[in-house]
Amino acid sequence: MNKVYNNRAWLLILPMLLLVAFSAVIPLMTVVNYSVQDVFDAHTRFFTGTEWFEATLNDPALQAALLRQFAFSFTILAIEVPLGIGIALLMPKRGWRASVVMILVTLPLLIPWNVVGSIWQIFTRGDIGLMGWSLRELGYGYNITRSAVDAWATIVLMDVWHWTPLIALLCYSGLRSIPDAYYQAARIDRASRWAVFRYIQLPKLTNVLVIGVLLRFMHSFMIYAEPFVLTGGGPGSSTTFLSQSLTTMAIGQQDLGPSAAFSLIYFLIILLVCWVFYTAIMNLQKDKQEKGA
Amino acid sequence: MAEITLKSLAHTYLAEPMGPEDYAIREMDHVWQQGGAYALLGPSGCGKSTLLNIISGLLQPSSGEVQFDGCNVNALPPEERNIAQVFQFPVVYDTMSVYDNLAFPLRNVKTPESRVHERVMEVADVLELTAQLKRKARNLTADEKQKVSMGRGLVREDVTAILFDEPLTVIDPQLKWKLRRKLKEIHRRFNITMVYVTHDQLEASTFADKIAVMYQGQVVQFGTPRELFERPSHTFVGYFIGSPGMNFLDVALRGEAVLAGDVSLPVSGALRDAIAGARSSNVKLGIRPEFIEVHADPVAGSVMADVEDAQDLGTYRILSLRLGEHVLKARVEEGRVVPRRTAHLRFPDNRLGLYVDDFRVEIGHE
Amino acid sequence: MSLILDNIDLVVGGATHIEGVNLELKPGSFNVLLGRTLAGKTTLMRLMAGLDTPTRGRVLMEGRDVTGVSVRHRNVSMVYQQFINYPGLSVYDNIASPLRLAKVERAEIDRRVRETAELLHIEHLLERSPLELSGGQQQRTAMGRALVKDADVILFDEPLVNLDYKLREELREELRTLFDERRCIAVYATTEPAEALALGGNTAVLHEGRLLQYGRTEDVYHRPVSRSSAEMFSEPPINMIRGLISGDEISFDRRAAFPLSDDLRSLPPGEYHFGVRPSHISLQPRADDDLAVEVSVELAEISGSETFLHVANDLFAMVVHLSGVHEFDVDQRITIHFPIHKVYAFDRHGDVVHVPSHLGGL
Repeated sequence: MNKVYNNRAWLLILPMLLLVAFSAVIPLMTVVNYSVQDVFDAHTRFFTGTEWFEATLNDPALQAALLRQFAFSFTILAIEVPLGIGIALLMPKRGWRASVVMILVTLPLLIPWNVVGSIWQIFTRGDIGLMGWSLRELGYGYNITRSAVDAWATIVLMDVWHWTPLIALLCYSGLRSIPDAYYQAARIDRASRWAVFRYIQLPKLTNVLVIGVLLRFMHSFMIYAEPFVLTGGGPGSSTTFLSQSLTTMAIGQQDLGPSAAFSLIYFLIILLVCWVFYTAIMNLQKDKQEKGA
Repeated sequence: MAEITLKSLAHTYLAEPMGPEDYAIREMDHVWQQGGAYALLGPSGCGKSTLLNIISGLLQPSSGEVQFDGCNVNALPPEERNIAQVFQFPVVYDTMSVYDNLAFPLRNVKTPESRVHERVMEVADVLELTAQLKRKARNLTADEKQKVSMGRGLVREDVTAILFDEPLTVIDPQLKWKLRRKLKEIHRRFNITMVYVTHDQLEASTFADKIAVMYQGQVVQFGTPRELFERPSHTFVGYFIGSPGMNFLDVALRGEAVLAGDVSLPVSGALRDAIAGARSSNVKLGIRPEFIEVHADPVAGSVMADVEDAQDLGTYRILSLRLGEHVLKARVEEGRVVPRRTAHLRFPDNRLGLYVDDFRVEIGHE
Repeated sequence: MSLILDNIDLVVGGATHIEGVNLELKPGSFNVLLGRTLAGKTTLMRLMAGLDTPTRGRVLMEGRDVTGVSVRHRNVSMVYQQFINYPGLSVYDNIASPLRLAKVERAEIDRRVRETAELLHIEHLLERSPLELSGGQQQRTAMGRALVKDADVILFDEPLVNLDYKLREELREELRTLFDERRCIAVYATTEPAEALALGGNTAVLHEGRLLQYGRTEDVYHRPVSRSSAEMFSEPPINMIRGLISGDEISFDRRAAFPLSDDLRSLPPGEYHFGVRPSHISLQPRADDDLAVEVSVELAEISGSETFLHVANDLFAMVVHLSGVHEFDVDQRITIHFPIHKVYAFDRHGDVVHVPSHLGGL
C-alpha cells in the first residue's frame, strides 16, 4: 500500500545518511585509498597499483593465518551448531524452569570479549586456575604457552562456551514457534523421535540457523580480543589469527599500504563466504522441479 | 475399522472441580458406529475440541472410558490407537515431497517399499494429487496441503477412524464445496468412521449423516440434519441451527388459555394439556421462521402481530413481527404478499415444539 | 455530510488498483462495498479515509476538496477485520481513547463512553481488559472506539469475518438499527452477497478495481446492469448458461432446443448469456413454461435451514438453492425445473438486455 506522498520525509533520514557516510563509507574509502599507495611520510606517497594486494596474497605467514582462521571457524561451527540445537531441544518449554534455564544459558553472552579472555586465562593457569590445576593433578601436562594443541583446544573451548548460548537461544525461539499440531500429527503418524527432529524441528530451524551460522562465522572469522588476551597468538604463531596479524602489521609496524590491502581482502573473503553460504542454503530450500520450470 | 464408544466420559481442566460448570465435558455416553460420517457441532468453548483430543488420545479424560470396538483404550497413546487426525491448519512435512509425506506413516512402521508405493499411488489418485507427487510440500496451496494431511490418514490400512478438526478453515471459499464433495467420496469409498468437528452448521450438515450438537460440555442432540432442523430437541439447537434461528415464546397457562405474555395463542388441545402437565415455569413454544404462516387477512386460528421490519434477502424476506412482548422472525418467499403494518400469523400444530426447561417434550398430535 | 469520489484512479508501481471510480455517498447513508478479495474494497476505503492519495481524481467531503488532506485532519474512523484494541487499557479506556486525544472534557467522555457501551451491549465489561473478552466482545469494543467520536465517516473493513455465524447474525442486525439514527456515512466492506442483503442500505459492487454498479441494495440485486455485477452479487453464484436465440427457439450448445417464451420474444436473434438465480430453480414445476432438465447431484450442501444443491449434466453445471433440509446422495439422478420466465439475459458485451418481468422488466 502506498502512503500519502510527502517529500519532506526524506529530510528525516538525512542525519542517518550523514552518519553512515562518516562511520562506514569514508573510512572504507580511506582504506581503499591507502591500499593502492606507498606512504613514506605525511608528504611523500607513491601510487603502487595492485602491488600490495599481490604481496599480501603471496605472504606465507598470512596464508598460514588464513588457513588457521578457516580451520578455527569451521571447528567452532561444527561444535556450536549441533551443541546449540541440542541444548535448545533440552530446554524446558514453559514454567519457572524455562526462565531460570534461559538466564543461566544467556550468562556467557553478557560478558565482554576481553573479559572472557581474562577469565579463561586465569581459569587455565596451572597454579591457581581450576581447569589448569585439575588437568595437571590428573597427570596431563597441560600448558597453553608451550603446547600448540593445548592453546588451540582452549581457544576453541572458550569460544564454544562463550557463543553456543547464542545458537541455543536462536534455536529455542525457533522451536517455540512450531505449533503443537505438528507434534500431534507426528505422534499420530507414529514418527520416531529422530523423524520428528529431522522432518519437523530441523526444517523449522533452518531460518534461524542460517542467521546463527552467518553471525557466528563472521564473528569467529574476526576473532581478536580473546586469543590476544589468552595466548597472545602463541605459542609461536599457532593461534595467530587474521585480525591479529593485521593489527600487528598496521599498528605495530605502521605498514599502512599492505595492511589496507589486507583489510580489503579480509573483508571480501567474509563477504564472499557469507554470500556463497546464503545462496547455497536458499537454493536447497527451492523445489527441484520448480527450479527447472 | 472400529466403533467408538464413550462411556460415562467426563473431563475437567481443573484439579478440583466444584460443580458441573467446571467441566469441559460433562458426563456423557455416546456411540460412533463403524463407518459412519459424523459431525460434532457447537460454538467455540463448547468442549468439542476437548472431546476430539480425548478420542485421539492426545488428552486423558478425567473419568470414564473411551472404547474402540469394546476395548478400553484409555491407556493407549495416540500412536497406538490407529486414528488419523486432520487439523485446522494444514500440517505437512515441509521439506518432504508430497510422495514422501504420504509415505511417511507407512515408512514409520517399516512397510515394504513396494506396498508403500501401491498405497501412495492409490490415495494420490483419489485425492487428485498425482500430478503433485514430486513437489515439495511447502510449495503447495492450502487446499492441496490439507489434502496431503488427509492423505496421510488414508494411506494407513489399519486406520480405524479419521478425526477432522475444522479442516476447511483456511481453504478459499470457492474451493470449499469441491473439498466437501471429496470428503464425501472418500467416506463412501473407504468406509472409515469419520468425525468432523466444526462450529459451522454448513460444514457439519453437508458432511455428516448424523450430527452431535454440543453445548456447555454436553451433547444436546444427536440426529440427522433434517431432525436438527425440523425437531430440535433443545432450545440451543433451535437457536444455533438455521439462520435466523428458531423463534421461542415463553408461555404459561391461564385458565383454558395459553398465553405468550398477554397474547392468547390458539393451540391444539394436546399441546395445551402438555403445557398444563409441565412441572416447571420454564415453558417455551418454538417455531422455525420457515414454518410461520404469514397472512394479510385473518384466517382460522391466527393471531395478529405488528410488522416491525421487512428485510429483503433477495429471493425471500425476513419479517420481524411483534407479538406482545416477543419479536418473531418469519420467512416469506419471493412473490408472496408481505403485509405492511399488521400480519396474521398461524402456527401449524405439527411445526410447534414444546420446550420444558429447554428440552423438547414430544406430544402426540391427533 | 456527503462524500464524493470524483473519477478516482489509484496506480501503485505501474499496477492499477482503482480505475475511474465515481461514487457519491449521501449524508446518513449506509453503504456496502461488495466484492471478492482483491476487488479493491480496502483500497477504496483507504482512499476515503485519506490513508492513501489517489493518483488521479478528487475526494470531496461536504463539497470541500480533501484529496490531499491526511487522515488526521479528516473526521473518520475505521474498524478492521482483526480485533484491534489497546491490550494494556481497559474496555472503558479503549473506547475513551479517541475522545481523550481530542481533549474532550472528563464528564463528557464518561457520558459518551457509557452511552456507546450501552448501544453495543458491553456496559458490564467496561472495567475488563480486551484480552479477557470473547471475539465478539473484542470487536464490539473496537466498534465502540469508532462510534464514540462522532466521526463523519465510519469505515468497516469486513468487521465480522472472524466471528462465528451466530454472532455475525446478531451484530449485523444491531449495526442496521445502530445506523438508522446516525447522521454519519457508514461504509461497510464485505465479500458476502448475503451480508450485503442483510445490511440493506446501498450497495456498491466492485470488481477488479472498478465500480460495476451502485444503488439501493435491493435494486442492485434485482436489477443488475451487467453480467459481472449479477455474478458478484449472488450467493450461491448465479447460474450462467450460454444460449442461442434463433427464430422461435432458444437452444443450448446447439443441442437442447426449446420454444421461446413470450418474455424473451422481444430479443433479437443472437447469442446470449442467460442468468438464473439458484433459488429460482425448483424440484417441482412452478409454472407452465418451466423447462425440465435431467441432472445428477454433485453435492448437497446443507446449511441448517437451507440446501445448496450442486448439479450437473453434460451441458452445464448449476447450483440450486432450496429452502429447508433436503438430503441427496452424491451422483443421484434428479429432475430440476428451470424457470424460463425468471431468467436474465446478457448480451455479448455483458450488458443486461432482459430483466424478468416479475421484477418489472428492463
